Amino acid sequence: MRNYTGAPSSGLSIRLSSRILPLAITAFTATCAAGRGVAALAQALAMRKSGLIYNDFGAPPLACWIGRVTGIEQMALPTAFSHFDSREHRLAWLGLNQDGFIDRARAVCERYGAARVALLLGTSTSSIGETERAYRELDTDGRFAPEQRRSRVHQTHALGAFVQAVLGTNGPCLTIATACSSSAKVFASAERLLRAGIVDAAIVGGVDALCASVLYGFNALELVSPEPCRPFDANRRGLSLGEAAGFAILESTTVDKSAPCLIGYGESSDAHHMSAPHPQGLGAQLAIDAALVRAGLAPGAVDYVNLHGTASRQNDVVEAVLISRLFPATTLASSTKAWSGHTLGAAGILETVITLLALERGFVPGNLNAQTLDPACGPQIVIDNRERALRVALSNSFGFGGNNCCLAFAAAPA
Amino acid sequence: MNAPLKIFVEGIGVWAQGLPGWEASRYILCGKMDNATISAARPTPDILPPAERRRAPESVLLALDVAQQACAMAQRDPRDLPNVFASAYGDLAINDYLCATLARDPGAVSPTRFHNSVHNAAAGYWCIATGCMRSSTALSAGSASFGAGLLEAALLAHTESAAVLFVASDVAATGPLRDVIDCTAAFGVALVLTPQSVRAIARLRLTPRSGNAPELAPEAAVLHAAYRTNPAARSLPLLHALARKQPGALTLAAAAGLMLDTEILPWTK
Repeated sequence: MRNYTGAPSSGLSIRLSSRILPLAITAFTATCAAGRGVAALAQALAMRKSGLIYNDFGAPPLACWIGRVTGIEQMALPTAFSHFDSREHRLAWLGLNQDGFIDRARAVCERYGAARVALLLGTSTSSIGETERAYRELDTDGRFAPEQRRSRVHQTHALGAFVQAVLGTNGPCLTIATACSSSAKVFASAERLLRAGIVDAAIVGGVDALCASVLYGFNALELVSPEPCRPFDANRRGLSLGEAAGFAILESTTVDKSAPCLIGYGESSDAHHMSAPHPQGLGAQLAIDAALVRAGLAPGAVDYVNLHGTASRQNDVVEAVLISRLFPATTLASSTKAWSGHTLGAAGILETVITLLALERGFVPGNLNAQTLDPACGPQIVIDNRERALRVALSNSFGFGGNNCCLAFAAAPA
Repeated sequence: MNAPLKIFVEGIGVWAQGLPGWEASRYILCGKMDNATISAARPTPDILPPAERRRAPESVLLALDVAQQACAMAQRDPRDLPNVFASAYGDLAINDYLCATLARDPGAVSPTRFHNSVHNAAAGYWCIATGCMRSSTALSAGSASFGAGLLEAALLAHTESAAVLFVASDVAATGPLRDVIDCTAAFGVALVLTPQSVRAIARLRLTPRSGNAPELAPEAAVLHAAYRTNPAARSLPLLHALARKQPGALTLAAAAGLMLDTEILPWTK
């Protein structure tokens, strides 16, 4: 469906929001095909080792490459949570258990009181993979088998409900599902809850597990590459799908002055098309502009942008043109999806964690798998990794429905 | 927990079987009109052109219909309103289609139905139809989705100093999903919420508080059945209070273990 009303009159004149106070990111972790936890992920980034493998998921598997987290089939949730069992929740559990995150999160609940801690998670498909399985295993009357009659699993908020049960938070608890911007937007909701004083800390994150819906769905849209994805390459052939789980804790900077910070965010809509980006990237630009205004920064202050960069033909050309229009040559930019695949509702948190690692360790990950950059790319978009001290970085996440989010982060004080 | 979050209600939209729009529903909710004979076939948001209205899934029609009602009542241009769409289950008919097709013939999945399966499909169609480029959020909090979305939208209105469109809607489960999803009828509600207003019909004072909200049936007996058919129908006690134009207080579920105390103060119009 296209916009019926012509160019939106509000357009780029939309009033931008005002500056926010930075929030400390006092813990963070991510798990994807390229690594479990931040040390493994940082090493894969430094070694330029992709987690993509030839697709062995689904029956019959499509001829493509995927970012599959190994070992999920052999896992079991602890007995107390076994009624929540699904690939999504196993991946969530695996992610929560990296980098001591589960203990950090429970300690935050202990410190402030569980009612003063929000839990905001993003996903695009939640446990639909388990619902798919229930449909494959219907009984002879065409009904859910008894062991699949688990209401709490077969719905969108399954993820929020499961992680809330694990961590014991008792404040606001939402599952945000705006497709591929979901786990970026959780940071914006968290900032509002903290600013209003409704909570003292927010646990944010996102999880999306591989499932048939997204593999066959993106395939039906002709967006899946037959080879490992090559973001921003002139000859890219589409995206590779992946799965990931990631989490972070946001608190006031007064409790931790040595943590990296969320310094801005911008949320916007394309008002253009359900599955194609705005041709001039106007919605994405609004999100980037708003993130910079909230951070109180000019584009020249941005050292690195982690791009949405799905490696679809349309997304990458629009985003490349936008980056070269908005930023000077001193801002470097790349998509890291050739390491992980496009992890959909978990992309926001995974790429936030990658951005925080880049800030912490002083490097810019390049565009893995790209050989010849698309001619639309400006000098900002780099193929090779670079060593460089970074102060400020952005992370872009754009989703179906024309849903955009840009997050701005600052490195921990030296 | 905190000082109450004060928010004005400028516009209301509602659609369910027996509740065809806010104007008629006000009388029904006050017991001044019998709704037993009212049967609206399908919500018909004319913000969508006729061809799109025929093609759009019921979940999208429902959400857009109530959203349009609320914006019209508030006399607000939808392009200016950041929006929050709450739905416990998303499009259950499309989920049923996707899971059934994947079990039978995965290669036959329709690309359009796939991109319409995202939880933010209604929000996306709304932004496209109205030309709205503001922030748009789609969320779920299970059976507490109405209260959780109301808190999120009220907070957005305050922190952005802007009028915000809030929509809560769900459609009935179809196919085998009926075994696990207790949602048997469509229900949609929308509110335009503002931190400041000259034409509000009511002011709400929202206070989050620990604990599980009691299951309170709406006072009007005619609504008892509807209340249990859909998570968005948890809004009925609030709609009832707004229709009566009398001060009131009620408690909404906002999450597992979190309530939202809601005071309603009628405002002049």
